Amino acid sequence: MTNTIINVSDVVTRFGNKLVHDGVSLSVRQGEIYGLLGGSGSGKSTLLKEFIMLLRPQAGEISVFGQNLLVINRSDAAMLRHQWGVLFQAGALYSSLTVEENVGIKLREYTDLPVKLIQDIVRMKINMVGLPQTAADLYPAELSGGMIKRAALARALAMDPELLFLDEPTSGLDPVGAEAFDNLILELRDILGLTVVMVTHDLDSIWTIVDRFAVLGEKKVIAEGTLDQVRENPHPIVEQFFGGVRGRIRIRNGK
Amino acid sequence: MQSTHSQMARLQWLKNTEGEIILKSSGDWTINTLQDASGILEQYSGASHNLSVQWDVSDVGRIDSAGMMLFIHHYDVLTSNHCTIKITGAKRDHERMYRLLRKYAVQHSMEKPALFSPLLTPLYDIGENSVSFIKDITAFLAFIGENFVNLLYSLRHPRSIRFGAIVKNIEEAGVRAIPIVALTSFLIGVVIAYQGAVQLEKFGANIFIVDMIGLSITRELAPLITAIVVAGRTGSSYTAQLGVMKLTEEIDAMRTMGFDPHCFLVLPRIISLMIALPLMIFFADIIGIAAGMLISHLHLHVSYAEFMLRLQSALELKHVWIGIAKGPFFAWLIAAVSCFHGFQVSKSTESIGRYTTISVVNAIFLVIACDALFSVLLTELGI
Repeated sequence: MTNTIINVSDVVTRFGNKLVHDGVSLSVRQGEIYGLLGGSGSGKSTLLKEFIMLLRPQAGEISVFGQNLLVINRSDAAMLRHQWGVLFQAGALYSSLTVEENVGIKLREYTDLPVKLIQDIVRMKINMVGLPQTAADLYPAELSGGMIKRAALARALAMDPELLFLDEPTSGLDPVGAEAFDNLILELRDILGLTVVMVTHDLDSIWTIVDRFAVLGEKKVIAEGTLDQVRENPHPIVEQFFGGVRGRIRIRNGK
Repeated sequence: MQSTHSQMARLQWLKNTEGEIILKSSGDWTINTLQDASGILEQYSGASHNLSVQWDVSDVGRIDSAGMMLFIHHYDVLTSNHCTIKITGAKRDHERMYRLLRKYAVQHSMEKPALFSPLLTPLYDIGENSVSFIKDITAFLAFIGENFVNLLYSLRHPRSIRFGAIVKNIEEAGVRAIPIVALTSFLIGVVIAYQGAVQLEKFGANIFIVDMIGLSITRELAPLITAIVVAGRTGSSYTAQLGVMKLTEEIDAMRTMGFDPHCFLVLPRIISLMIALPLMIFFADIIGIAAGMLISHLHLHVSYAEFMLRLQSALELKHVWIGIAKGPFFAWLIAAVSCFHGFQVSKSTESIGRYTTISVVNAIFLVIACDALFSVLLTELGI
């Protein structure tokens, strides 16, 4: 169970004159739920975009499933894209397609399965993420924020990916919805053997579902490991993170 | 990577001597390997009634939710056909997956009966389109009404007029459009002069090129061409700007702060275009006539001085004024239509594109229709 799925070493990212990452290194193991933490502007989302080949770092190495993303060829890149699912922060559903079409789009494009079966799979995924069946025929513009998140998760899960990227999955959800979302991700991980990488601010998520995480700050990874390991880290940013009111309440309540 | 070594899902459908069905599945039942197995199941499962089925799944390798859904679907089909099914050899993780997906699988409901026969759809479409057309017209009238109310209010309270926005819009829609207006009107002048020159040369009536260019450019072509360029350029940008503001809820934010979007967004645009377009038409007049003068000189050997002299006697001032007077009318049509469509944008990116297209097409059509109306009206009035 300790296969490394994602390995990042010495990544340097620069936007113009602005240095975002200066030697970021971390690794994600198979079957774990890995969190990326950090304040606003610490480059979490940028790092996530580099994992999914939307951005290219200026230097360093990122490998996913053993493939080095900086020198990957077209067909290997296509293979990789089949193996992961991505949930964007704002959902990024295609606004001209219904929820059902959105969820089924990769199934329809990349497989030769019969239409009926695709419909079955799509309806099941929609049900699985907790959307009512009536939502299937709605357009994204007709959905609430939480429903968009769920529909986007269903779309990310449509092809049974081995690796799931979540960009702030619980932001914008009510506490009940956020907890249900967390539980769903846990359940899916256990049954489908997913590896999950999530960018999150949600302290509750870190306590309840994240196995290991990295704290980004000062353009580097300042702490990596399980919750207990990270909390022993004396770095001021880590202290700030867990020392605030929310963090203290959370610590008092325990798991 | 694992998926490169996956085997196709296989299924054997056998009948033993006692009339029982023996199903034997093997291989990987994953999303990319299911075609064969799903074909076989599709073929047989619906046609089997009142049978006893033994389904051996012990040789199945990996299975994902697509494979499991295929299994669940046909399991349900067989059950509803009163077959008794016995599953043998299921692995533990397969069972867990089955339980998870079974929880979420949707029971098949009967197909909904079609509400309309295909023959009726044209009628249905006609009805739907007519209703939406009438709705659009009423909405547009309401928009114009609201706009006039705001205009009257602004006239009574001149301090509420957004002069800054008007000036900025004049720069955006007028000053920045000068190069393209100059280019098109220059080309139109060239075209008219060339076409006229060939005909007039036959009669030796070279000097009448001046009448022709002077009259056609100032009275008809400069206003029309300028308005069409502006409809394409400014009309589309108005629709897209307001559409995006609607999409990002900026317009709602304005309303909640008590900024009336008509006052802040629509009126400045309409007023500035009504100021800019006549000026642009005048500019287009000059460029168009200059182009005609150049071609007359090169092609018909009418000297510049001769051309000018003839122009003064041939071109009555009223034609220039009529051309320029069309400007505010065209401008109002373009700005009102494009702002109206901007507000119609709904919460999807696709609708911005659709309404921008509609707004440009409508604006150009209305400009041409309005021009035709002017032609008929003024000719009948003898002006």
